[in-house]
Order: sequence, then C-alpha cells, then structure tokens
Amino acid sequence: MIAFWVLAPVMVIAALGILFVRKAVHAALLLAVVMISLAMLYAALEAPFLFAVQIIVYTGAIMMLFLFVLMLVGVDASDSVVETIRGQRVLAVVVGGIFAVLLGVIVGQAGIGTAVGLGAANEGGNIEGLAEVLFSQYVLAFEATAALLITAALGAMVLAHRERLVPRETQADRAAARVRAYGEHGDHLGPLAAPGVYARHNAVDTPALLPDGSPAEQSVPTVISNRGTGRPSPSYRDVDRVVGQLQSRRDDQDPATDTVVEGSGSAARGEDA
Amino acid sequence: MDDVTPFLVLSAILFSIGCVGVLTRRNAIVVFMCVELMLNASNLALVAFAKHHGNLEGQVAAFFVMVVAAAEVVVGLAIIMTIFRSRRSASVDDASLLKY
Repeated sequence: MIAFWVLAPVMVIAALGILFVRKAVHAALLLAVVMISLAMLYAALEAPFLFAVQIIVYTGAIMMLFLFVLMLVGVDASDSVVETIRGQRVLAVVVGGIFAVLLGVIVGQAGIGTAVGLGAANEGGNIEGLAEVLFSQYVLAFEATAALLITAALGAMVLAHRERLVPRETQADRAAARVRAYGEHGDHLGPLAAPGVYARHNAVDTPALLPDGSPAEQSVPTVISNRGTGRPSPSYRDVDRVVGQLQSRRDDQDPATDTVVEGSGSAARGEDA
Repeated sequence: MDDVTPFLVLSAILFSIGCVGVLTRRNAIVVFMCVELMLNASNLALVAFAKHHGNLEGQVAAFFVMVVAAAEVVVGLAIIMTIFRSRRSASVDDASLLKY
C-alpha cells in the first residue's frame, strides 16, 4: 500500500499535467510517467505479467510510436488556445469534475469489502495461470486479436503509403530547374551562403552578411526561421552601430586634430621611408 | 492490502482526467494520448477487481485491452499522419470540411 500512496499523487499530477502543458512532447513524457507508475501498481496488485507487458507494450512501443509521429508532424505543433465553441473548456472541466466525484462516491459507497487476493490463483505462477485462462476460456478472443493485429498492421501500411503522383525528381532535373530559374528570374545559381559569414556571430541562427552589409535571409536554415528562434539579423544592426560609433568619433574630432592625425601618419610613413 | 477501493478511486480520477483532456485539447495527438490514459485507467480497475475477486479473468481482460489499444494506436496515428499530410495541421478543429 506504500507503493500506492507514493505513486498515486505522482500519477494524478502527471495526468493533470497532460491537460495543461502546451507542447505535445511534454504531454507524451508525462503520459510515460503515468504508464510506468501504473506498471508498478500492477506489480503491487499481484500482476507481474501485466507489469512487464505494461512497460514493454505501453511505455516501450506505444509511447515510442507517439513520439515518432510527433517527430513527423513537427515538435512545435502546439495547441491553439482559441476556443471553437465558446465556454466548452469550462463546461468540460465542470462536467469532468462532476463525473470524477460521481465515480468516486459510487466506489466509496459501494463498500466492496476485503479483497480475496490472488494468492490461490497465482499459486502455480501468474503467467501459467493467465495462460490457462487465455488458451481455454478465451481462446477464440485470442485468435480474434491475431486477426485484429494483422488488420491494424495492414491498415497502417495502407494509410501511411503515399502514391507517387509525379515521377521522382532526379539531380539532373533539379539542376535544370535551377538554371531555368536563373534564366527567368535571375535567381542565385550557386549554393546558398553559409550562416554567420561576415556577421559578428558565427552561429547558425545569424544570417550571413552580403558584401553591401545587408543580411542574407536565405542563409539561415528554414527550420530556425519557421520556429522564429533565429536572430532577426542583429549582426546587421551591429555593423550599423559600429559604423555609427566610428562616424560619431570622427565628427567629435575637429578638423584640426584630423589633419594632425593624418599628418602624423604621413610623418610616420616618411620616417619609415 | 485488503481493500482495493483506493485503486478504484485512482482509476476513476485518471479516467475523468482523460475525459476532460479529450474534450479540451485541440491537438489530435494529445487527444489520442488522453484516450490512452482512459484505457489505462480502466485497465487499473480491471486488475484491481481481479485481485478483489481472486481470479485471473480481470487480468486477461486487461491484457486484451492492451492488445486492442496497440492496434488502435497504430491505425489512429496513421490516420493523424494522413490528415496532417493533406492539411498540414494536427488540430482536430481544422478537419471540419463536412460542416459546410
């Protein structure tokens, strides 16, 4: 029972976290916490086989599948906060709370008494006992799950399969398209500039500076600019600021010192000569 | 360890949280995760009742729920992928073409 009282608050907090976190990846990790805690509760409830299956199938296979799909869909696909139906969220929370209280009261009032315990049923081993039930009484259902799994695998393959509508683009096609774009719109023929070239920071999120000092937006990877985490080109402003500082220092000095500086320069040159 | 009522209450709480999640979240993948949470909660109740009654049929039922959940996740995520591929969005509110 200690395991229960330790794990139950963790599970409830993690489950509530799924409702409130913005990013789907965080929700997946919180769900993994709930599932591993559930596995431990199964162990406490004398179900060692389900303990292993819960960890292997749920946290191992299903959660990985979730994370894979999140990766394909895009990690930054966070929830929108706009309500489509007004007041739906509040109503859902109220109704959910009422539902929880109702279920809790029913379970609490039922007074189901002391548990028999699985000591007798698990006598010959939990897995052997499960196998005996599974392969005698529920053998038809077990066979049906085989059909179900095959159907699911086929269905996933059919759904995930993408029909190729246009022929595959080869390197020659891409080169031809690039030259065509150059001929029609004068697009840049060569490879894109690397980020950070001539800029103050040599980082991927800093756009390269073109010879005229303007930032080359295309040099920043599209992922970074789509996420909005790239610097909007501070390097450009840096250059502006440095030029401005030099300019202001120049303006502060009066023409006399300017000529003196120049004169001393020429004098030094003269000495060298 | 003689009363399984706390397990059943925890199961009810988790199930309700899953319900609220399905109703409030917009991201289809998170909605799916909440469905998984509800399935897990019902599994906990099944295993607790197996212990209460002292026979293994509850555990067998939980096992079947896990198998069905695995199949359901595979097909469901494939559907979400297909929808995302055609509409570039995983939000359940964006797939509203039948409304018009």
